[in-house]
Amino acid sequence: MSHEEIGLFGILFAVLGGAIRVGTPFLFVSLGECLTERSGRINLGLEGNLVMGAMLAYGISYLSGSPWLGVAAAAGAGAMLGLLHALLCQQPRVNDIAVGIALMLFGTGLAFFWGKPFIQPSAPHLPSLSLGAWSDSPALRSALEINVLFIAGIVLAPLLAWFFRNARWGLNVRCAGESTEAALAMGLNVNMIRLLATMAGGALAGVGGSFLSLYYPGSWNEGLSSGQGLMAVALVIFARWDPVKCVYASLLFGGAAALGPALQSAGITWGYYLFNAAPYVLTLAIMIATSSAKRRLPGLPGVFSNLK
Amino acid sequence: MKRRTFLKGIAGAGSLAALGGAGITRAFADDKVKMGFVYVGPRDDYGYNQAHFEGKSAVAKQGWVKAFDEENVPETIEVIKTMESMINLDGAQVLFPTSFGYFPHILKIAEKYPKVMFLHCGGLWDASKHPKNVGSYFGYIDEPVYLAGIVAGHMSKTGKLGYIAAIPIPQVLRNINSFTLGARSVNPKITTNVVFTGGWANPVKEAESANSMVDQGIDVLTCHVDSPKVVVETAEKRGVMCCGYHTNQAVLAPKGFLTGAEWNWSKVYADYAEMIKGGKTIPNLVRGGIKEGIVKSSPYGAPVSDKARKHADEVRAKFMDGSMVVYKGTIKDNKGNTVIAAGKEYKQTDIWLESMDWLVEGVIGAAKS
Amino acid sequence: MKAHFESIAIPSGALLVSLLLFGVFIGIAGANPFEVFASIYRGAFGSWFAWQDTLVRAAPLMLTALCTALPARAGLIVIGGEGAMVAGGFSAALTGIALNGTFPPFIVITCMMFVAMLTGSLWIGAVGALRHYRGVNETISSLLLNYIAIALLNFFVVGMLKDPETLNKPSTYPIGDANMLGAMGSSSIHWGLGIGIIICIALWFLMRRTTFGFGMDVAGGNVRAAQLTGLPVGRLIVMACALGGAAAGLAGMIEVAAVHGRANTSLNAGYGYAGILVAFLARHNPLAIIPVAILLGGIRASGGLLQRAHDLPDATTLVMQGIIFVVILASEALYGRLPWLQPKAQPA
Repeated sequence: MSHEEIGLFGILFAVLGGAIRVGTPFLFVSLGECLTERSGRINLGLEGNLVMGAMLAYGISYLSGSPWLGVAAAAGAGAMLGLLHALLCQQPRVNDIAVGIALMLFGTGLAFFWGKPFIQPSAPHLPSLSLGAWSDSPALRSALEINVLFIAGIVLAPLLAWFFRNARWGLNVRCAGESTEAALAMGLNVNMIRLLATMAGGALAGVGGSFLSLYYPGSWNEGLSSGQGLMAVALVIFARWDPVKCVYASLLFGGAAALGPALQSAGITWGYYLFNAAPYVLTLAIMIATSSAKRRLPGLPGVFSNLK
Repeated sequence: MKRRTFLKGIAGAGSLAALGGAGITRAFADDKVKMGFVYVGPRDDYGYNQAHFEGKSAVAKQGWVKAFDEENVPETIEVIKTMESMINLDGAQVLFPTSFGYFPHILKIAEKYPKVMFLHCGGLWDASKHPKNVGSYFGYIDEPVYLAGIVAGHMSKTGKLGYIAAIPIPQVLRNINSFTLGARSVNPKITTNVVFTGGWANPVKEAESANSMVDQGIDVLTCHVDSPKVVVETAEKRGVMCCGYHTNQAVLAPKGFLTGAEWNWSKVYADYAEMIKGGKTIPNLVRGGIKEGIVKSSPYGAPVSDKARKHADEVRAKFMDGSMVVYKGTIKDNKGNTVIAAGKEYKQTDIWLESMDWLVEGVIGAAKS
Repeated sequence: MKAHFESIAIPSGALLVSLLLFGVFIGIAGANPFEVFASIYRGAFGSWFAWQDTLVRAAPLMLTALCTALPARAGLIVIGGEGAMVAGGFSAALTGIALNGTFPPFIVITCMMFVAMLTGSLWIGAVGALRHYRGVNETISSLLLNYIAIALLNFFVVGMLKDPETLNKPSTYPIGDANMLGAMGSSSIHWGLGIGIIICIALWFLMRRTTFGFGMDVAGGNVRAAQLTGLPVGRLIVMACALGGAAAGLAGMIEVAAVHGRANTSLNAGYGYAGILVAFLARHNPLAIIPVAILLGGIRASGGLLQRAHDLPDATTLVMQGIIFVVILASEALYGRLPWLQPKAQPA
């Protein structure tokens, strides 16, 4: 009986901890994508930023001994890829989704090419805060072993929401995302706004990658990302272009990804492939349930509604 | 019209390159032994592929050997093309396609190149079915895994071990079973939890599995995935013990590393190279364990008690003199069926063991997805 | 004619520029770019062996590219070729296993093709239907369906449909040697290439020479306008997706019937994703897909030689493909803007 209790709580803690551990990269890419999309562009290539960020963060942390320098480098690389995306997309007839796919290929290719020497060494990791020190349960303590980047992400989300609602710059971003013509009429430099938003979004995705390599799972190799960056666009639709909801979406995704291993380690061994696919099925189901051909999705930046 | 122009463009690029560079001049006029290696993953994955790469690098140091390799070659028609390219362009005399899934592709082209020897890692060459210029080699890695199980059995305080594995295939199931049998030879109450991640390289799932297992009170972790780095590092971070796999991961977990099972491919590849150099007939089936030097244990880590060392060393001696049999009745599976009856024993060389599709009593997990 | 010339000159020029950039990259990485280009040429097109290598790699790309190209004509960006290929290959294998021995190979192969195309067309057709009738973003839904297809394949192949004989590479039972697609003539190239080329030409004809194709282009240009002219936009979109999905499903069938003889996880080898690249480089023109797939097949074929002869990592070809993709997309901006380019000789 007590054994079963440990099992149940174990699953609960594992999913809770997993939501935070696995969810953090999702949080960063979704916040980045949210910012970019609110300005009126879709960047499907954040996977490239993520992988590039992961590799560079690990490499720089290993070479310099400072993981924070690694995070900065990841953000910088992400911003550069974002810049490239923005510059390409502001050309006429250049499709932003296609550019995203191209940069995903380019970014991962570069990361794999330069990342070979960093697969073996162990680089210094990012520190974490032990918020569960009060508890006797090692499982709970571990679940509440929170990385600073997660906290940064949690803080960033409401800040970003506030930025969109109240800051002058945020309003400009939203305006560019609502209608190119209206923004131009207001005298805004739409291309510049989108360029900055894509760079900032790309930087955030790079930071998400640094979390993968410098904290969890905490190592660089070519199979490190299992498509976290690709899911960014889906997460943002899921979160209705609201940064705060991005937090929930990321946690839900992280938790869902942790469910498969947690159930198995507690002895529920059937159908793990199907459990592993749960996050994707869930996303698809929610998208189908909430979309509509007639009305615009709540939160959808106006620019995209013309695409239909 | 479009296609022609495109092709013209390509041809133009080609001739441009030819103008500037002299092209590659490859001197084949030597009588070196030419060995080609194909890996399914990256050369330096701290695991399965690296073990083969280290073997290749060791044999390549011989002045009379020319060894070349290709990484990340998928188990599709691409491996056929890679092998043919090594034969046609590099003059490979012997090929080592090192992933299990390459085997059917080897069989498709072996007869076309009767002078080339195709030596496959993991497959089971069968004289009645397969051509003469194909062979297979593998090591009974479950011997050092069994020894690791003994050490884990001694060291575990909770009596719960964890095995993070890719997919339920015979090679993996045999390791899980041997590990568990080793541990239960110390304490018959010990259990092994298994998590299948569903793929050979999925670091996030591996780390998540390791964390969930520690949350379930498991205090010794080991794994069978392409790269054990993440599992070993996660175990160390969570303050539990671990056993390595494929290569030596001791440096990744200075506090909790117990021991591990390693391949010793450099010996195997050196032997093959010598045979070819000496013009000897290459055996079609090479199998061996600790005794033959194909597999070995990683050196014991700091936490391993003297009692555990002594016990494991004793059993290792029995593997060395050939008296040790891991699969000896009565053995039940984890559903309660008797799979090996009392008095019946299957020696390591028995190929029945190579189609294992059950998990031994004490394993918490399912042998099918 | 002018437009024709432009649509050849610009991609060719972009290709040259990207090769130049790649040469610089490779030079910085410490290799001799000229030798590397010579190796790429040698590994991709330098001999009959190299050509066969290139063509056999190009075959699946032609079909998976159609899975992105056709919906793109109707204005949708679908990236679900990988999933449709996996689903098609898996269903083809099941069909082959079920019919093996009871019918002559000709019928079994035909049935496998039919089932694979049906599965693929339902798979991607659903994406189109969800887009048109429910407003679900087609890029994301097709991406999610990739993961779902792969998970389902794994679930069945590692589990209840596994042939125990396949030991450490879990696969379904074989479809039978008699039901395999053989090689074309005396080459080592399987019939997948012939099928791919035929389908590309047929779909080019459909797109360019029929009212159906014309309607699809109109719908892709502007849904509103298409609706106003009375075109059945929904049906056109779903049909475009279904046709694309059928092509990718067929690619899966060919992978099963010409390469593996069974379904296993090697169906998920990235051909679907590479097809996206081919489609965009070909600007969604089914006829242009043929040479672009051959070009990409050549780059992939030369990857091994780059590793062995120059000690370059396998990711080199990935970087090269990335650069080509980026530059070709950037060159989209040049269409209609370079009148001065017209009288000049083409760069190649």
